[in-house]
Amino acid sequence: MYQGVTMADFSVDVVVVGGGATGVGVARDAAMRGLDVVLLERADLAQGTTGRYHGLLHSGGRYVVSDPESARECAQENAIVTRIHADAVEQTGGLFVVTPEDSEDYADGFLAAAHAATVPAEEISVSQALAREPRLNPGIKRAFAVFDGTVDGWQMVWGAAESAREHGATILSYHRLTRIHRENGRVVGVSCHDVKNDRELSIDCRFVINAAGAWAGQVAAMAGCHDVQVVPGRGIMIAMNHRLVNTVVNRCIRPADGDILVPVHTVSIIGTTDVKAPDPDRLAIPRAEVQQMLDAGEALVPGFREARAVHAWSGARPLVKDTRVAAGDTRHMSRGMAVIDHRERDGLAGLFSISGGKLTTYRLMAQRIVDEMCAQMGEQRACTTADEAVPAAVGSPTYRVTHRLAEREQAWQRDQIVCECELMSRSAFVDLLAAEPLATLDDLRRRLRIGMGPCQGGFCSTRAAGLLCSQGQTDAPTATIELREFLKHRWIGLWPILAGAQVRQNALDEWIARGTLDIDHAPGQADPPERFPIGAPRHDGQPAGSEQKAEVA
Amino acid sequence: MTETRRLDASTRQPTQAWSGNGSDMSVWEHLRKASPRLNHNPNSYEAQQLNRVSLDQCVKCTICETQCPVARVTELFSGPKYVGPQAERFRNGESVDHTLDYCSSCGICTLACPQGVRVAEINSMARAVMKQGHMPLRDRLITQTTLEGKLMTPIAPVANWALRRKPIRVAVEKVVGVHRDAPMPVAQRQTVQGWLKHRSGPTPRRSDQPARGPVIFFTGCAGAYFEVETSKKTIEVLEYLGFDVIVPKQGCCGLAEQSNGLFDGARAKIRALCEQLSAAGREPTIVSSSGSCAGMVKHEAHEIMGVEDPQVLDVGARLRETSEFLLDLYDHGQLPTDFRRIDSRFVYHAPCQLKAQGMGMPAIRLMELVPGVQVVESDENCCGIAGTYGLKKEKYEIAQAVGRPLFEKIKATNKEFAVCDTETCRWQIREGSGAKTVHPIHLIHAAYGLSEIDSPQV
Repeated sequence: MYQGVTMADFSVDVVVVGGGATGVGVARDAAMRGLDVVLLERADLAQGTTGRYHGLLHSGGRYVVSDPESARECAQENAIVTRIHADAVEQTGGLFVVTPEDSEDYADGFLAAAHAATVPAEEISVSQALAREPRLNPGIKRAFAVFDGTVDGWQMVWGAAESAREHGATILSYHRLTRIHRENGRVVGVSCHDVKNDRELSIDCRFVINAAGAWAGQVAAMAGCHDVQVVPGRGIMIAMNHRLVNTVVNRCIRPADGDILVPVHTVSIIGTTDVKAPDPDRLAIPRAEVQQMLDAGEALVPGFREARAVHAWSGARPLVKDTRVAAGDTRHMSRGMAVIDHRERDGLAGLFSISGGKLTTYRLMAQRIVDEMCAQMGEQRACTTADEAVPAAVGSPTYRVTHRLAEREQAWQRDQIVCECELMSRSAFVDLLAAEPLATLDDLRRRLRIGMGPCQGGFCSTRAAGLLCSQGQTDAPTATIELREFLKHRWIGLWPILAGAQVRQNALDEWIARGTLDIDHAPGQADPPERFPIGAPRHDGQPAGSEQKAEVA
Repeated sequence: MTETRRLDASTRQPTQAWSGNGSDMSVWEHLRKASPRLNHNPNSYEAQQLNRVSLDQCVKCTICETQCPVARVTELFSGPKYVGPQAERFRNGESVDHTLDYCSSCGICTLACPQGVRVAEINSMARAVMKQGHMPLRDRLITQTTLEGKLMTPIAPVANWALRRKPIRVAVEKVVGVHRDAPMPVAQRQTVQGWLKHRSGPTPRRSDQPARGPVIFFTGCAGAYFEVETSKKTIEVLEYLGFDVIVPKQGCCGLAEQSNGLFDGARAKIRALCEQLSAAGREPTIVSSSGSCAGMVKHEAHEIMGVEDPQVLDVGARLRETSEFLLDLYDHGQLPTDFRRIDSRFVYHAPCQLKAQGMGMPAIRLMELVPGVQVVESDENCCGIAGTYGLKKEKYEIAQAVGRPLFEKIKATNKEFAVCDTETCRWQIREGSGAKTVHPIHLIHAAYGLSEIDSPQV
């Protein structure tokens, strides 16, 4: 049909580019409206920004003053996401607290602003707040209760992807878009590379929805639409070894760096910073920012600096450039999503670029873009994404941190625990491996939390690599390469925070790997190149992400 | 099991999104409903800080698991690393895991941890949450040690007879849950206070000893009612050395309640006890031959239950276990060592609760001052009883299995005689090995010529 390709592998209504929350949300929404959908993700689902944030399911409280419209949307979507993704959401509740370092000016206007934005909020006494969260700074001056929750971005995206599949969508992870084909001012199809099977696919389509987030500019350029400026705002986050708080704790100030402490699963995450980053595939985790976060945590929870950090990472906010503010100061750009209809901008019909927004409002963003697409198709198709829970959430209670412990309690004697820190069982690992035979250890980690606890893979990764062999998925040399790559990726998030108790852990981990297991002389290539590199090659020929302090996994 | 169901019901509530609009409930009420907290957390803020924060030191090395005497003998217990630092990260102040109750609270894990994780203390706190509102009648009964002593002493012969009758013990097991074969104390006709009241006067001071002023003697419940002989001998040795021994009226330290997760009762008891001991004098050293009760005052009250009461801390700082006290005298050149020769080679078992006090094993050096004595250290972590653990019908077999290597060692070394510092451990060792098992003070008492070594063991 084009470029010598005679027959397309797929012919669909819509190709969605990007497997983060936005893209998967669009795929689910479109599939639920009866459209044929293929989603392409260059790596694993939710491997980009969606998987690299602090896990806050906003009540809207954070935006009541700076962006009331966002706040209102957050409040509404919070309730919907809690319902349709119950398995991924924990209803922790949230507090806004005025620390001894903060003036009460912002707090004075907080309730009125919340009321105006229809965000439920209520002032409680300091003693009530301290009774609920005993580790909070006892010097806090005021406290407000809100409906913040936490959400596992990976779990949520996989839930939405399963739902999309149930409605007929095809979800292709590790499929890198290579071209967007246009004919007579219309998008007609795309080509992509199936990374794990090393083959090319072509897909005919009527529409392409570019939901590549911080990478949306690069995708738009493939269709010849240049200068879509997405300014990646890099933010670092640090996971602390256990839940220092069990309620989301926000500092009751105008949104700033390091003002949120979020209990997600077994850890609590402090975030975040906001620094303009030139390349979303090379995000540094500067030590100065690590210290900045630990200092910020100290204001909320005394002793925070000495508490054990287990991992740090960087994420890239996709903020579409807005001429109202300087590009160097991305935080105060509008948080609303930006939708670019390239028919108007570039004279190319059938291509939308969508960017910005928040994970909490991913469903609403999807609804709006699919509404727009249906309007251009001239078809009346109603959105039903808010009405139907994703398969994993049907009949499920909301997540609680005690769930895994309660499950293990029933089965620890008959089902080996592979990852002790995160209480991941052998059967959970083996079952997912059977369902996803091409999954890397990192892919499995994002689904199962293997290697995400205090030992950071020091103990479980070798067990997991052993299972890759004993389950017949791979041979010993490949499993060893897999193990090395997994540990290397873990260490990217360890170098910047190595201090205190975590140093002893990682020293022990290294002795086990190098001393006991002699991993340096185990079969398989000793320092293998990234098997699934991401981003443009560096100047020295190494792929992006192979630099030590950039997060790739 | 009731506990599991109760918690499952609370954690498996159907999903209800927040609803701020059109609801009468306040935001705070909603929040408390969706993400509840314990109404009354049995753990104090201080203990949580001290213990939960220590889990940050865990490097998953598994050394605690290799040392755990319970995990070694049963598959019902998932081990100290699992129930301690590992599970704690999933607890959120709630309790969903009841296998942690197979922990005997011996504290060997904390002692063995090279990183300073308070493994046993973390688990004790979790047990207190687990048992809140779900306490078997048995656990409430067997923790009332003073009451047991008071009830049994007046009817000692009948009580002892009854405790040896199998049909009665079977009935007790069925009704209360105390195992039919579990070791039991022997009730005495006279309490320590009764003996003090009726004896003709203090033991005469040795002619070469100076008047050393007062010490306060802390008997412990078992020392007051059951192991009366140990208390008497301690008092007599102290008097012989020139001390003026004050034995104030005193209650229970609350250890049994603490180890069963009944923190409120235990806190009240330890405060009352320290009040009584303080009332007897603000300055004197407090001596105790009850190693485990001394451990409760010195260690667990603060480290597990977070008791910050200055009086409790003061009493703890003044408290010395008898062997520790006497060896300290020796180290200052003040202990007469013209002991009678006692030719004996025997096993000495240092109880877990003594080890947890971090004072080493003073009894070994003390006893080896006696000519002819050869002390064989047990090298076993635990005898199995762990206070009330080994009495419980579902744990009796485990406790016996834990103690077996110790029993075997005693039988192989000297099947007639063994030494151990705490009461319940001695009951367990007597039952398991058949050896006469006494507190080290019995040996010292005999070596000073105040009695024969074959005098009554309790």
